[in-house]
Amino acid sequence: MDKFDLIVVGGGPGGYVAALRAAQLGKNVAVVESTHLGGICLNWGCIPTKALLRASELNHQLHNLAEFGFSAEKVSFDLEKVVARSRGVSRQLSRGVSGLLKKAKVKVFDGRAKLAGRDGKAHIVSVSKDGAEVTRIGAPDVILATGARARHFPGLEPDGDLVWTYREAMVPKELPKRLLVIGSGAIGVEFASFYRNMGAEVTIAEVADRIMIAEDAEISAMAQKAFEKQGIKVLTGAKVGPLNKKNGTVSTQITTASGTTDLVVEKVILAVGIVGNVEDLGLEQTKVKVEKTHIIVDEFCRTGEPGLWAIGDVAGAPWLAHKASHEGVICVEKIAGHDPEPLHPLNIPGCTYSRPQVASVGLTEEKAKAAGRKLKIGRFPFMANGKALAMGEPDGLTKTIFDAETGELLGAHMIGAEVTEMIQGYVIARTSELTEAELKETVFPHPTISETMHESVLAAWGEALHF
Amino acid sequence: MATNILMPALSPTMTEGTVSRWLKKEGDKVRSGDLIAEIETDKATMEVEAVDEGILGRIVVPEGTEGVKVNSPIAILVEEGEALPELSDTPPAKAAAPAPQTASQSEPAKAPTSVQPATSAQPSRSADSSSAGKRLFVSPLARRIAAQKGLDLASVKGTGPNGRILRRDVDGAQKAAPVAAEPASTAPAEAKRVANSSMRKVIARRLSESKQNVPHFYVSVDIELDALLALRAQLNAASPSEGEGQFKISVNDLMIKAVALALRSCPGLNVQFTEAETLHFPDIDISMAVSIPDGLITPIIRQADRKSLREISAEARDLAKRARDGKLKPEEFQGGTFSISNMGMFGVREFSAIINPPQAGILAIAAGEKRAVVRGGELAVATVMTATLSVDHRAVDGALGAKWLNALRDIVQNPYRLVI
Repeated sequence: MDKFDLIVVGGGPGGYVAALRAAQLGKNVAVVESTHLGGICLNWGCIPTKALLRASELNHQLHNLAEFGFSAEKVSFDLEKVVARSRGVSRQLSRGVSGLLKKAKVKVFDGRAKLAGRDGKAHIVSVSKDGAEVTRIGAPDVILATGARARHFPGLEPDGDLVWTYREAMVPKELPKRLLVIGSGAIGVEFASFYRNMGAEVTIAEVADRIMIAEDAEISAMAQKAFEKQGIKVLTGAKVGPLNKKNGTVSTQITTASGTTDLVVEKVILAVGIVGNVEDLGLEQTKVKVEKTHIIVDEFCRTGEPGLWAIGDVAGAPWLAHKASHEGVICVEKIAGHDPEPLHPLNIPGCTYSRPQVASVGLTEEKAKAAGRKLKIGRFPFMANGKALAMGEPDGLTKTIFDAETGELLGAHMIGAEVTEMIQGYVIARTSELTEAELKETVFPHPTISETMHESVLAAWGEALHF
Repeated sequence: MATNILMPALSPTMTEGTVSRWLKKEGDKVRSGDLIAEIETDKATMEVEAVDEGILGRIVVPEGTEGVKVNSPIAILVEEGEALPELSDTPPAKAAAPAPQTASQSEPAKAPTSVQPATSAQPSRSADSSSAGKRLFVSPLARRIAAQKGLDLASVKGTGPNGRILRRDVDGAQKAAPVAAEPASTAPAEAKRVANSSMRKVIARRLSESKQNVPHFYVSVDIELDALLALRAQLNAASPSEGEGQFKISVNDLMIKAVALALRSCPGLNVQFTEAETLHFPDIDISMAVSIPDGLITPIIRQADRKSLREISAEARDLAKRARDGKLKPEEFQGGTFSISNMGMFGVREFSAIINPPQAGILAIAAGEKRAVVRGGELAVATVMTATLSVDHRAVDGALGAKWLNALRDIVQNPYRLVI
């Protein structure tokens, strides 16, 4: 049995980053990955969807050239090539991860891992391929980074043909004419945006009373308006009836407060959350606690079992690659006896790459109010920003929420072009505990959309200069 | 050109003070003579005037900052249109706020205390320095919350990267660093921690010094008050019932005068001991202990032996009131040659007082009460008060103390000398 200092189960953005950091710290590390290095993020999530969304933005722009004085005829696309490009980007990055691990002398095992008891202080991990054990390896510390998969509900099960999860939605063979997206989190909204901008008729059905429920209500209302303007039909407070499949279409009834809608579509995308991959890991014989498909961990990603750690999606919300990577680093540093800073949940930014983009960090206005804080709230519309207008992106808002007494930046919420690239500015402010004073003092380059970040802070103090 | 406004020395012994209130805001125009801030010293709150004119460019030390060293910059005055200088190139200290000069006598200068300067100075940038000149790493949010709570950041342990002080560190910290309250072993409940005011610190320091360095001895005497009370009744009966000339002489007023006269007839107690020499003061300045919230203060009736009872009464009343309001000027409580502590109003039978250094004596006056006395071999009832003299034995010997007390008793029991 090969012995390691650390075994990482899962080679996604949590697992491979943990392995790289451990190698940096001089550990002898093994990674067990059953499918693709880079995990869902890199192969079936963040990255390939960004490639698709980029293509759909281009399609949108090519159909709206007149605004810039261009004209083009017979604009068309080859969906196969669009998808192939997306797959290519994923492949390239996955190879990159493989190279990084090799360079760091991390041993990668191709197979499924299962805990198989202890040998003294070491946990034994059985690695199997196609149901047969290939090898056994051991290490005193094991990080579970097995990720998550799409959630199903009774009556809302994917079939891989008419009813898709993100997996099928990412590799369409042809563009569905009509599409129903169930769920309006980041995944649902991004696919809705992609397919709409590629030309499909899209309906979003959301069970909550507004879309993008994790976001600030004002931003989510603006997003809904923007989607509707693009022709997406948005149904909130919506209950989706049984999915009746017939002749290559799906018909269903969607009930909202304002009545019942009959809908016939070619495809349905299920985007109603995820469940953690906790099965068949051999957790039963350990003290690891699982609740609602997620492993319970403390602030340093420790499970109840000594030497067993869990990071990323399998260890609970928010289900974000950057959260998984950061936890991987914290976890490994803790194992190495360092004194890492636990991850502050309110300092984790969230990004949605739809058109318009949405990005946020910290508390929503609603939650900040509920926390009993006295607030100062600043808003700055993209309409008043020179760069946004020059780029033809006048729809957007930067909203900042401050504690009126201490000047703490409680939350920042952005919608519009490039906001996913800008939100990190506010994340730095929160992590460094800057107040409005430092943000006001910061010189923002002109002309950039980031100036809306400055103006929004000024606006919170009634000092906005350009609005 | 920008000039620093410095923490003024409001008294010869003042080493540090509290900026209790800014009367001008940053950006305000300041003219010479304008009141710009209130400074709280160990004994009183003083208003500080500007000597130069200009714009109050920056408040370096925010309101409520304690322990600001004398002569450290508290604000920067700039000329109109002039940019604020960086703090590193500190402007010359020209516009020093005026320190009302006190004619205080030669109280030996105290060594600077080890109290930290205001590191919580916020939102000014000077907050990055602790007393040792070592840079403190503090998040802006933590710095602001510390200032709002009145926390001294130098006493806060940072848990962030490289010991950076973060919000959580100040959230959990207690205001100031209180004297470690020893919780009684039987009482598991946490002691309530109250930061010592600058007055409390001064009382502690001065009285400890007195008890440690001054060899006290005590002499007590019973004094019959009936004659004095009768005189007082007659005097007060002579006061107009209303109007300007109205007066009401108190026993305390009479005792101030009596003590002053006793010192005149027996000046050996109106002294101050120093290592090399003993100072004999020509003036008899009586410090009277006045209890105020959170401490006591000793305003002075100067040349009390030469003042009329009416003058003493009016002055004592005014000083006591302003003492309670914290509005005494330094020269009104700095100095004094002898002290009186009167606890008669509390009904105590007797007590002994700690000498108020650098004076050589203090008289503790207890309550007058009806007691049996022997007069000519017969029992009689008289109103009697026990007075206890505490004396610095380095300057005054026991016999002199006794002699002085007898002189005092003689005056009080034959009080007409008080009005002549």
